[in-house]
Amino acid sequence: MSTLTLFQNATHWRTGERVTIAVEDGVVVPIPRRGHEHARVLDARGAVLAPGLVDLHVHLREPGQSAKETIDSGTRAAAAGGFTAVACMPNTVPAVDSPAWVEWVRHRTGNAAHARVYPIAAVTVGQKGGQLAPLMAMARAGAVAFSDDGHPVASAAMMRRALEYARPTGLPIVCHEEDPELRGEGVMNEGFTATRLGLRGIPGAAESVMCRRDVDLAELTGGRVHLAHLSTAQSFETLRDARRRGLPVTGETCPHYWILTDEAVGDYDTNAKMNPPLRTAEDVRACIAAIADGTVDCLVTDHAPHTPDEKNRPFSEAPFGVVGLETALALTITFLVEPGHVSLARAIELWTAAPRRIFDLPEVDLEPGSVADLVLFDPRSEWTVNPKLFYSKGRATPFAGWTVRGRVLATMMGGRFTHLAPDVEFEHQLVLPAGAAT
Amino acid sequence: MSAPSLPAPAPASAGLFSTPPAAASGRHLLGLEGMSRAALEGLLEESAAERDWLRKGAPNRDDLAGCSVMLTFIEDSTRTRTSFEVAARRLGANVFTFSASTSSLNKGETLLDTMKVFEAMGAQLVVLRHSQSGSPAYLARHLPRTGIINAGDGMHEHPTQGLLDLLTLRDAWGGRFEGRRLAIVGDIAHSRVARSAIAGLTTLGALVTVCGPGTLMPAEVESLGCARAETIEEAMTDADGVMALRIQQERMEKGLLPSLVEYARVWGVDMARVERMKDDAVVMHPGPVNHGVEVDSTIAEYGRNVILQQVANGVAARCAVLRRCWSAWKAELS
Ligand SMILES: [Zn+2]
Repeated sequence: MSTLTLFQNATHWRTGERVTIAVEDGVVVPIPRRGHEHARVLDARGAVLAPGLVDLHVHLREPGQSAKETIDSGTRAAAAGGFTAVACMPNTVPAVDSPAWVEWVRHRTGNAAHARVYPIAAVTVGQKGGQLAPLMAMARAGAVAFSDDGHPVASAAMMRRALEYARPTGLPIVCHEEDPELRGEGVMNEGFTATRLGLRGIPGAAESVMCRRDVDLAELTGGRVHLAHLSTAQSFETLRDARRRGLPVTGETCPHYWILTDEAVGDYDTNAKMNPPLRTAEDVRACIAAIADGTVDCLVTDHAPHTPDEKNRPFSEAPFGVVGLETALALTITFLVEPGHVSLARAIELWTAAPRRIFDLPEVDLEPGSVADLVLFDPRSEWTVNPKLFYSKGRATPFAGWTVRGRVLATMMGGRFTHLAPDVEFEHQLVLPAGAAT
Repeated sequence: MSAPSLPAPAPASAGLFSTPPAAASGRHLLGLEGMSRAALEGLLEESAAERDWLRKGAPNRDDLAGCSVMLTFIEDSTRTRTSFEVAARRLGANVFTFSASTSSLNKGETLLDTMKVFEAMGAQLVVLRHSQSGSPAYLARHLPRTGIINAGDGMHEHPTQGLLDLLTLRDAWGGRFEGRRLAIVGDIAHSRVARSAIAGLTTLGALVTVCGPGTLMPAEVESLGCARAETIEEAMTDADGVMALRIQQERMEKGLLPSLVEYARVWGVDMARVERMKDDAVVMHPGPVNHGVEVDSTIAEYGRNVILQQVANGVAARCAVLRRCWSAWKAELS
């Protein structure tokens, strides 16, 4: 006999109402009228129940770089962060640029993973920008989007061809926007801190000029463009403009861009070294405004783990990238919801329904019939970010030691718990009284 | 749900690697930025005393007896290395030299490993020249028993050069920095010499005006505490001195400059421009000079050209720094 799981007296993420949700055989079911022999009940009073979070931009580092992260450790981190699905970037070693590699990622993640993994395939062979990868075949093999993330598609002509060619798949091209020559050898945002530290700067325009280019190419080709990890005021303005023009363009941003400025680099702190780099206070304000007014379509982490040894190097030598899966929800609640920039319901939508729409992933709901991909979290619970406790192999985060609010209590994927906070306890009830949920 | 009030975020630098080493105190000298005015004046005072001692040609001293100084030059600089070596030997230190190219030692890990070996061998002070900004700060964070003296890191700082420049100006300006103004001309973006000079001079109450080609100007340079002039004429008018920075040939190859000829014409220090400055103004250059590029050949005759004094003051400033770091090392670690 299957087990019935009841989330009792949870707060509904959208309506704010107190609800009890039942899960059986991997799906949300109506509250049974009769008793049930194998039932477990979770007292969810004070906690919010929502569809599992989705992150469209993570780096799981497999194949090839399992010292940094594996699909196992990365999806375990995702589960701890309340995610039930992630889309993984193809800048692995080798790059995911063939149907075989797309299938490899999908098989690899079939049963073992702690979250659903949707592969993103490369735009060009080896992500080298020279030749189109087999986009149609990779779409058929299960790719949900295309991206040369980690690198831009440097040539405008190549990007045009990719958009034209990929159009019949209906899948977006996720654009890592960075003009390689404007970036040069830059290692952090160009500005006062870079000048003070004597580090080579990356101007904001390295990102924004490429955003303009790709918005114009979306118009030229009718292809779908998704602007990745936007960080500058100009980029958000370009996205807003694309929306006004009615173009098939969407965009995303990450927690560090709505919280931190390049001053976080402080004294050569490689925990603040990411690409695109942390920008200015004005960019942070523009980021928040773009989230609040609906310009930004969804939120992502750009979870980019590296080994502690790699990050613990002189600043210029350390790789770009920080982890984000396990802090994303709390950083959203603490820095977007609590100051009143967006409602909690809107914030959750930006991490759930919105990304599902952009990559056309199956919808998840709390209504009976929906697959049981759920997250239960306490939005008020305070905790201190301690990278040593991360499930990710990556430890680099600029938020270490910060006190944040919003803690994941339980994550469920397909009716199975993928994460349970240590203090969560079930009550086991052999027999439910009839109509227990009313 | 009602929104509880926002908890105050923790201070930004709470990360694994962000414990800041004391920038310029204790056994390290990482830069002049952030050094207090009193500390800087004290160091200048000691440098002046060392200069007087060196001028007398007195015998070597033993201030650094028992101290092993490892001159670690991962980027070549004969001048700076020799200057440190002379200073360390005059004060009775054991001096060792480790030279390597960035290409044969370009991983931070390898650098740290190498330095750990030196530390284990008993080198108490490491004088480090490295092509990457922040490498001295990185080593200071990871070597518990070594004092790090920055001998120039990438485009960041060159604090002993900054001290020798300050010492030279102290002599030329009669010990008074307040209200004095130095123009710094040329490649500010890539210059650690400029950053240390700006940090030191502004701490002491002097004013700095920078100018140079827009391609060689760092972003938001004014935030360092200096003014920016569009032309060299504007920068030098009524200045109390000018420091011309060395122009590297590779800036042209990278497309940052049209030609050295144009540079010399637009940004070179010549007598016509020197005459715009105050009567007692000095001409400085960290060397080696590209003759006819940053400084016109006629400047050699100019009475207040202090370029060679800068070199002489380098040994004095380094004596003071070595002594200061060694006594701090002993106080902290022995
Ligand atoms: Zn990217």
